[in-house]
Order: sequence, then structure tokens, then C-alpha cells
Amino acid sequence: MSKFIMTRRGLIKAGAVSGVALAAPMHFVRNAFAQDTSCNMPTGDTVTFGWNVPQTGPYADEGADELRAFQLAVKHLNGEGDGGMIQTMKPTALKGNGILGKKVAYVTGDTQTKSDAARDSAKRMVEKDGAIMISGGSSSGVAVAVQSLCQDMGIVFMAGLTHSNDTTGKDKKRYGFRHFFNAYQSGIALAPVLADEYGKDRKAYHLTADYTWGWTQEESIKNATEELGWSTVAAVRTPLGAGDFSQYITPVLNSGADVLILNHYGKDMVNSLTQAVQFGLRDKEVNGKKFEVVVPLFSELMAQGAGDAVKGILGTANWDWKLEDEATKAFTKSFGQEYGAPPSQAAHTCYVQALLYADACERAGTFFAPAVIEALEGFEFDGMGNGKTLYRAEDHQCFKTALVVRGKENPKDKYDLMEIVREVPREELTYDASIFGGDLGPSDAKQC
Amino acid sequence: MDAILLQILNGLDKGGAYALIALGLTLVFGTLGVVNFAHGALFMLGAFCAVTFNKVLSLESVVVDPTQTTAWGSPLEVRTPYVEAWLGDFGVFLHNYSVPASVIIAIPIMLAIGIAIERGLIQYFYKRPHADQILVTFGLAIVIQEVIKKFYGANPIPQAAPADFSGTAYVGTLLGMGDALPYPWWRLIYLLFSFVVIGGVMAFLQFTTYGMVVRAGMRDRETVGMLGIDIERRFTVVFGLAAVVAGIAGAMYTPILPPDYHMGMDFLVLSFVVVVVGGMGSLTGAVVAGFLLGILQSFASMNEIKSILPGIDQIIIYLVAVVVLLTMPRGLMGRKGVMED
Repeated sequence: MSKFIMTRRGLIKAGAVSGVALAAPMHFVRNAFAQDTSCNMPTGDTVTFGWNVPQTGPYADEGADELRAFQLAVKHLNGEGDGGMIQTMKPTALKGNGILGKKVAYVTGDTQTKSDAARDSAKRMVEKDGAIMISGGSSSGVAVAVQSLCQDMGIVFMAGLTHSNDTTGKDKKRYGFRHFFNAYQSGIALAPVLADEYGKDRKAYHLTADYTWGWTQEESIKNATEELGWSTVAAVRTPLGAGDFSQYITPVLNSGADVLILNHYGKDMVNSLTQAVQFGLRDKEVNGKKFEVVVPLFSELMAQGAGDAVKGILGTANWDWKLEDEATKAFTKSFGQEYGAPPSQAAHTCYVQALLYADACERAGTFFAPAVIEALEGFEFDGMGNGKTLYRAEDHQCFKTALVVRGKENPKDKYDLMEIVREVPREELTYDASIFGGDLGPSDAKQC
Repeated sequence: MDAILLQILNGLDKGGAYALIALGLTLVFGTLGVVNFAHGALFMLGAFCAVTFNKVLSLESVVVDPTQTTAWGSPLEVRTPYVEAWLGDFGVFLHNYSVPASVIIAIPIMLAIGIAIERGLIQYFYKRPHADQILVTFGLAIVIQEVIKKFYGANPIPQAAPADFSGTAYVGTLLGMGDALPYPWWRLIYLLFSFVVIGGVMAFLQFTTYGMVVRAGMRDRETVGMLGIDIERRFTVVFGLAAVVAGIAGAMYTPILPPDYHMGMDFLVLSFVVVVVGGMGSLTGAVVAGFLLGILQSFASMNEIKSILPGIDQIIIYLVAVVVLLTMPRGLMGRKGVMED
């Protein structure tokens, strides 16, 4: 019978060996934990998306349409309905059975078109409802604020309708992605058409919504038109949601300007354009030329609100339901049959964003945020209504075809209010990512 | 010159709305001694009378036409408003003129609401301090706002002016000045409407026996009561009258500013400044101050002024109020003894 005698040296050796043996698996487990887990990764049989849209405020019409599009996207992702643009998207990993075998669920929030309210509702959806991604919104002020919050929380933000250069410029974030085009691209697209239609000797007067989108659109359109040879008489800032713009419009009448550029969107644009027409601006002749009104960012929803006032007005749009490609037809059919009206450009961009996020998860094979970001960066796709599109890795801006549109003189019905003047190809709208500065920041996974 | 005339017109137009609200406010204050913070909500309720009337007129019958399809492949739905189907051309006319027609509907509704508020709530606060009156009427305003928000949502609901008056009037040409001076027709009509209503209220108070008793009551309530006149009942009617003035002002304003549940509060603050500048309890003061501040605000929005004093258009009204109160503590036409106890 042997006797077990533990020496001091033996005890130290045994302790060291057992310590290493015990720590080794923890080392691998910890690394695996860090690589595969980010905020709100789903554990059950559903994955929750957060739709953060303006249900009140000057952009509420766009918000309502965005919500309709998101609900349709969820239906299609879960294999219900006719599949919409899942059928036309190329390439796609989507199978119409949810995402990675999990059904898609959603929660909603009201941004109220206010940055603080939008951040609160996004935070609530992430912290209380377990949303793994946030999408939607119809204001760049809101987009920039929510994008920054999402970066801090490690949640992917698929921006809705945001047109400011800042969203993917100086305020760009690793966790933020924008499918919609921007003010700079509107300027590039619109300038040649303005030169053709109104000539190169014009005096412009800008009325501008006083927040990030308005400022960058004013700057972009000013630069583009001044390059044409136009001069800028004045650029006046108006508060968001002003309602009555008469006090801003009357000074235009005697300013010597012969073009009014309305850097307004949503209900602000409906009100300012209607009131500009009521003040007789479009019947005026100034400097021997017919007075013109230009609305650089235009939408079908706004055209419905403004009625006859939009006839003949030039602007740009990200997309239009009357495009002839198969993807647009498929989406318009799905949306029209579901809701009895064609989709707006706000609805289109949100629907596409939802599908792109879902597809990126499928391609990455995980909901782990840094892997999803990697799958989206530099992704090139087609069959979503804008031709071949690139999600540029450097600034997370989509590059694709954009439209110059005009309010139709003789519409067939209340949805046939805009005609496409020109489809501007992606190549013309591509610019150097460094011109707007900014830094994407890290893609580190965050826990919540 | 054109620019100045336009700003005057703009100012008169805005001033018309301020004056109409301030007139009712000061009438209630002068008769009942109540500072009514719910008065803006009455303006908003009037606007929603127009919205409701238009919604009723817009109720449609839907007939599916299987021979036609929409762009997305569904059968076409042909929608016809019932009022147009039933009344023909008159229905089309009524639909088109729904805003001015809603004024006729708004008068009895607002009168009933005004009397109900006075009898149901305000009368219990006559002898309470002004602070209590302000709190209870402010609370009432919030309740009214939330009820409207519940039924109509939080978004502005645009109302169209009649097609004949939705375009541009060339004021210069109309006045034979040769210069066109374009101005929206509906805004001119609103200005005219505000003159008519203000003139009507003033004439009622000035030239009718009823009005004379009310004015006497405003001066010396107890003496009028001792003469055997039921001044309380008359003051109840005056509250109803103030509600009607605010309500029809709101209804007619809807084509200028799409109404939402909060519009009353936006106007209330400015109207209180108008009442204070005009002089508490002075009807003429309220009207004069309303137009004066409207015009000043309009001039302050001119680029020439704003380039020297940026942001002046946002603060001019309050700046004027401060100056007036410093130099004339009772306001422009305030009476001695009002709110000085």
C-alpha cells in the first residue's frame, strides 16, 4: 500500500497545472462569446425589428407609408403574400422563411420628427422590446441623432428617408446605413435639367427648413446652380413645421429673384408651395422671364397634398412607382393590393432597407452585428427598383440611379401626379467619399 | 412700396386672427372677471367644426368597377361623395364651400359649448383668485386638446378654400393703383371677415339694449344687479358669444393654417400678449393691439430688417409688450382699476 505524500513543490506544480487546465476552456469560451454576441441577439424563435417612424409632425404622411412598407416587408420575409421584391432581388440569400430560421416580429415607435423623441423611442425599442435593429424615419435631424445612439448601443440602424449630406458625411457611423440618395446627388442630377429648362442666367431665392437636411440641400443646390451661372439673391431659413409661410413668401415677390427654390419637405413643402402659388409667384414675370418654383426633393405624397400647385414643378426623387423595371412592378403590385394605393419613395426605401438587413444576416449566417455590417459594406445588388446598386463601404451610402421628376400637367388620377424627366445613372451621381469628411468609427460588438 | 403694402396686408391678416381671439378673451375678462386660458382651445374647436363638417360632406359611396383595373392590378374603386350623389350640383357646391358653410354650423355648436363651459365650470370660479381661474381653464384647455387629439389624431388636417377663392387676388389692380400687388383671395376674405365680426360684436355691445346692459355690468356689476337685471344670465350669454367669435374665427382660418389639436395654444399666448398690450378689459384696445402687433410682426419678417436684427421676427411681439408695459402699465387703452386689486 502506497502512501500519498504531497510536498510543497508538488503542490505548487499541481496548482499551476490545474489552473492552466481550468483556464484554458474559459479562454476559448470568452473569445467565442465576444465574437458571436452583440446587443439583443435573438434566443427564441423570433427576431425583433424596431420601426421608428414619424407618426406625428410635419412628416407624418411619409411615416405612415413607411410603416405600411415595413409591415409588408415583414410579411414577405416570413413567407406570406407574393414575396414582393424578394423575388426580384439579385443576389439574395433570402428564402421567405424568416431570417436564419427565425420569424420576424416588430415593434414601432413615434419619432414625432423630433431628435430627442426619436432617440427615446429607439432606446425604448432596444432596451425594453429587444429590437436587434432600428429602421425608418423621415428627417435627417432624426436620422443623425438615432444613428449616433445606435452606434453607442451597437445596434444596426438602417436609415429611412434622410437626404442630408451629413448622414453619410460628417455624421456617418459604422452602425448606420443609408439607401436613400442625398442632397449632393440631387444637385448633380437637377442642375443640367434646370439649365435646359430655365437657362443659365437666373436669380434664385431659397427658403430652407432650418435643420441639417435643409442646410445641406441649400448648400448643394446653391453650389450646383451657381456653377451653372445662376446667382443667389437670398437664402432664408424657416422653422420646421411653420405652417403659415406667408411672412417668408411676401419678401420673395419684390426681391428681384426669378426662381424660388423650396428646400422644404413633407407638409412644410405642401404648405409653402401652395402658399407661394396663392401669392401669385407662378404667374409673375421677373427680369423678362417667367417666375419658376423648384422643389429639389419631391415625392408623390407631397404632390397629393399640394394638388394643382405641383403642376410643372421640377425636382428629384429617389424612386417612383411608375418605373418600368420588374422589381418596381413587383413591389407596386404587392403594396397596391395590400393598401389600395401605390407606394411612396419613403415606403420604397424602408422596404428595401428591411430586406437588405435581412439578406445581410442570412449571408453572414448570424445576427452578430459586426458580421452583418461586414456583409452590408461594399455589397452590390440589383432588382430593387434602382438598377445596379452599391452600398459603398467607405461611407455606407448607396449609389444607384436617381430621378429628375416634374409635376404632371394632366394626371390620370390622384396617384399619377409626377412624370419622370430623366433617370440619372449611378456613375454621374458617384462622388469621392472624402469630400464630406466624417469617420465611421469602430464596429465593436456591444452588449445591452 | 409694393413690399410695404404687402407686409401691411400680411400684418392685417394675421392681426385679424389675433384681434378676433383677443376680443373674446377681453370680453370674458371684462364681464366675468375670468382669465380664460381655454379661449385658444375654443378657437381650435371652431376649426375642428370645419374639419368635421368637411369630413361629413366627404363621406363616399364605393362601387367596384370590374371592367377597369388599377396600375397594381386591383379592380378600380369608383368613389362618389354621398352629398354629390344625392344633391347633384348643389352637393358639389356645398362640398366646395364647406369652410364658409361650416361657420353656420359652428355658431350654434360653439354657443352651446360656451354656455356649457360657463355653467358647468367657470361659474364656480368667479369669486376665486385669478391664479385658480388660470389653472382650471388651462386644465380645461388641455382636456379639450387631448379629446380632439384622440378623435382626430395629432397631425394637421388641411382644409381647402372654395375653388373660386383659392387663387390670387391682384389688389393693386382691384384698387385701380395700376400695380398688381398679388395677395391670396382667401386671406383677403379672412381680413374682411374679421372686420365684419369685430364690427358686429362692437355694434351689438354699442347699439343694442342687451349690449348696453352688458357694458353697464362691465362697469358696475352690483348696481346693474340692484336694478333688477339678471346680469349673471347675460354674462353667461356673453361667454357663449366669446366662444362663438373664437370658434368662427378658427373655422375660417383653416384654409390658411391646417388645424391640429395644438393650434389654439399657439394663438393663445400671442393673444394674451395682445390683450395685455391693448389694456386688460378694453375691447377697442384688444382690436387695435391685435392689428398693430400683426403688422409689426410682419414688418419684422422683412429681410432688410432681419439682416440688421437677426431673429427679430420671433421676438418683436414680446419686445413691444415689454416696452408698452414699461411706459404704459395699463396697456394702450387699459382702464384704471382693472386687475389692479
